Amino acid sequence: MKCNIYLNGVGGQGIGVLSELVIRAYDDAGFQVKGVDTHGLAQRGGSVESHIRIGYPSGSPLIEAGKADIVLSLELTEAYRALYGLLRDGGHLAYFDTLWQSLPVRLEAEKAPDAEMIGTAAAARNVSVLRVGTDGSGDVRMQNIMLLAESVKGGVLPGIAAGNIRSALIQLFSGEVLEKNLGLLESIFG
Amino acid sequence: MDTGKILTRSDSFSEIVMGNTALVRAMIEAGVKLVSAYPGSPTPEIADAVMAVRRQEDLFYFEYSVNEKVASEVAFGASISGNLSVVFFKSVGLNVAADSFVQFSLLDLKGGLVIVLGDDPGANSSQNEQDNRHYARMTNTPVLEPADPQQVYVMFLKAAELSAELQHPVILRMTTHVCHAKSRVRFGSRKKAERSKWSFSPEPGEYIPLTKSVAAMKKRSILKLEKFREWNEISDFNRLTDNGSNRGIITCGLPSLSLDDVLSEITNPPDLLVLGSPWPLPIALITDFCASHDEVLIVEELDPFIENEIKAAAYDAGLGCRIIGKTEPEDFIGELRPGAVRRFLLRKWPEIDPAPAADLPEIPVLPRPAQMCPGCGHRSAFHAISRALHPKDTTVADIGCHTLGYMEPYRMGQVLLSMGHSNGTGSGLSVFKPEGRVITFIGDSTFFHAGLPGIINAVYNKHKITLIVMENGTTAMTGHQDHAGTGGISVRQVLQALGIGFIEEVDTYKQKELTEAVKRAIAFDGFSVVIAKHPCMLKFTREQRRRGKEPSTQAQINQEVCRRIKTCISEFACPSFMIDSEDGSIGVNPELCIGDGSCVQTCSAAAVSIGRKQ
Repeated sequence: MKCNIYLNGVGGQGIGVLSELVIRAYDDAGFQVKGVDTHGLAQRGGSVESHIRIGYPSGSPLIEAGKADIVLSLELTEAYRALYGLLRDGGHLAYFDTLWQSLPVRLEAEKAPDAEMIGTAAAARNVSVLRVGTDGSGDVRMQNIMLLAESVKGGVLPGIAAGNIRSALIQLFSGEVLEKNLGLLESIFG
Repeated sequence: MDTGKILTRSDSFSEIVMGNTALVRAMIEAGVKLVSAYPGSPTPEIADAVMAVRRQEDLFYFEYSVNEKVASEVAFGASISGNLSVVFFKSVGLNVAADSFVQFSLLDLKGGLVIVLGDDPGANSSQNEQDNRHYARMTNTPVLEPADPQQVYVMFLKAAELSAELQHPVILRMTTHVCHAKSRVRFGSRKKAERSKWSFSPEPGEYIPLTKSVAAMKKRSILKLEKFREWNEISDFNRLTDNGSNRGIITCGLPSLSLDDVLSEITNPPDLLVLGSPWPLPIALITDFCASHDEVLIVEELDPFIENEIKAAAYDAGLGCRIIGKTEPEDFIGELRPGAVRRFLLRKWPEIDPAPAADLPEIPVLPRPAQMCPGCGHRSAFHAISRALHPKDTTVADIGCHTLGYMEPYRMGQVLLSMGHSNGTGSGLSVFKPEGRVITFIGDSTFFHAGLPGIINAVYNKHKITLIVMENGTTAMTGHQDHAGTGGISVRQVLQALGIGFIEEVDTYKQKELTEAVKRAIAFDGFSVVIAKHPCMLKFTREQRRRGKEPSTQAQINQEVCRRIKTCISEFACPSFMIDSEDGSIGVNPELCIGDGSCVQTCSAAAVSIGRKQ
């Protein structure tokens, strides 16, 4: 299997952990994985992104524009951005349904995208859409895990299962944080 | 995951790590005795891994030096005392280090010294995208250039080995997406660590490059470089892919991986020679490759560095091969990600057939640049300072989180050059300024790094400017590293010792007091300083969260009092404030607000207060 997965969101949403979990889950499932995150200056509340490539033993860690098969996005505006920038026609988009208003939106120079705009733009490019977290519940700092688990459950991320996320969580965390995350995983997969 | 435990394992193993982390395991296996650094993207995670290792086991000495020049000198001193040393910093750090760095290759570096550079093609987090390979040629310093985390590990081991063997500096040149690329890396086992040495040679003049001694030292340096070139001719890091084509491509480092992607789509791909080292080049290997091809395209990021060398070598060898390189301005600019390599190939060989880059619709949302965090003391400072300034005043930014103040809506900081430039630049601006004051900014880490000479100069040469030190108690932008100030040296006392006639210190959350202090400083007839102080709130809230303490309060807006003046959004602009697109009312994002309360005083209608978290 070859697959390009692009993750994005806003600095501070926990995209680094999300990327680490996706990489480790695919590694656990026996795939060859590489990836790269944006670090440093870009982290302070700006757009952040991670590129993950499954099944490309040679090749760049960066995904070319228009060549992502799957986008997981932690925020509405960034989901909209990735839909236009990185995702290929006929790809898959899963996003967490929360809005972190950008400065142009707050200054009323731009309208924030909403679920409807994403749905229309996705349909025009034959992109499937999975909305996660629409009921507004759950711990803010576990939105990344929720998006990952729902994406696996909803069939957006091929080749991995709940067990692989579980292994990835165990590799990364311990103690109370691990327990909370495993609990969330359990509540999603039952 | 305990990085320290993993990196100090004694057996061989594999782990998913980024390039920066793989590097530190290589340091351990190579028996490095001293590591020094100044933080800067894309290298800070090297220090994170070093710290994690040191929490586990005391394998080598480490320090954050006050700047890259001092860090390089510390590593140099340790090397000439007989111990394998490493210094690392970001691209532009080499400019700071250069005055000492250019001497290294003239001298016998007994223990070996590897300079790890985090270059930044594409200026992902830097003020330029300078190509540091030029420094290597200028100083006869060999360079190894890894493309992925596995190569970072093996190339560091080789760099350390060659450096110690030749007693010569070696550069390991990493670039942003090599530093941060992640993949499973296979590591070797650890030998028992050797003890540190003291083998400094007290021979008269051996380490004094001066006038007549320089020629002999330079010759020795050139001969050492030739030894490296001999190794490079047969190095396993050079990879040849023979596709039976009369066309060839020569490349090096990360662009080789982008080429793998693009060439995999081509029906009759050219032959490919990937070099492990851009300097000094394996001339025999390259001339052989050129001699057996009609056309050779050079694919490299930034400047035509290997291109010019290869053209010269082809000329010397009298080859008829056409060597194709950079001609258009865009050939010289930015990273060679797969899309850029695709466009470059199509520009140079329009008839070869990778599909053109995807024709994507324009992104209908504006970019979201980095901004100051909720509760940031700099935001509060800028808000207060803006109330003390006159439209004719000129503001000079320096490097750090406060640089973000140049953006909307603060517009604070109109010039930026380099670390510590603000007071030099500000002094020059003030000489001919007909009206208004020059206001300079500097952060506390930059103050110690390279800020002091400009400040001392302004005092000594009596420049009438106002310096605002944005003191947040850490090196915030690069991830909260310590600096001389966190180590106990007081910015205020250093300034007092210079005999500056006006120094006031104000907590940036006390906006009225800060505004008044800046007004007084501007009115002062001489060099004046305001220390605008508040701890980095990102660091503070992270530390609180680690102790299990979540923010329990947040800003609240009394909708009955709010008059929609919107100062909180249009001038203060904390990202926690949200606007309702339906009715234009203002709300607070509980996911972002840390309950710091620095916004309360900005509301002229007194509609903002602090209450319990919702």
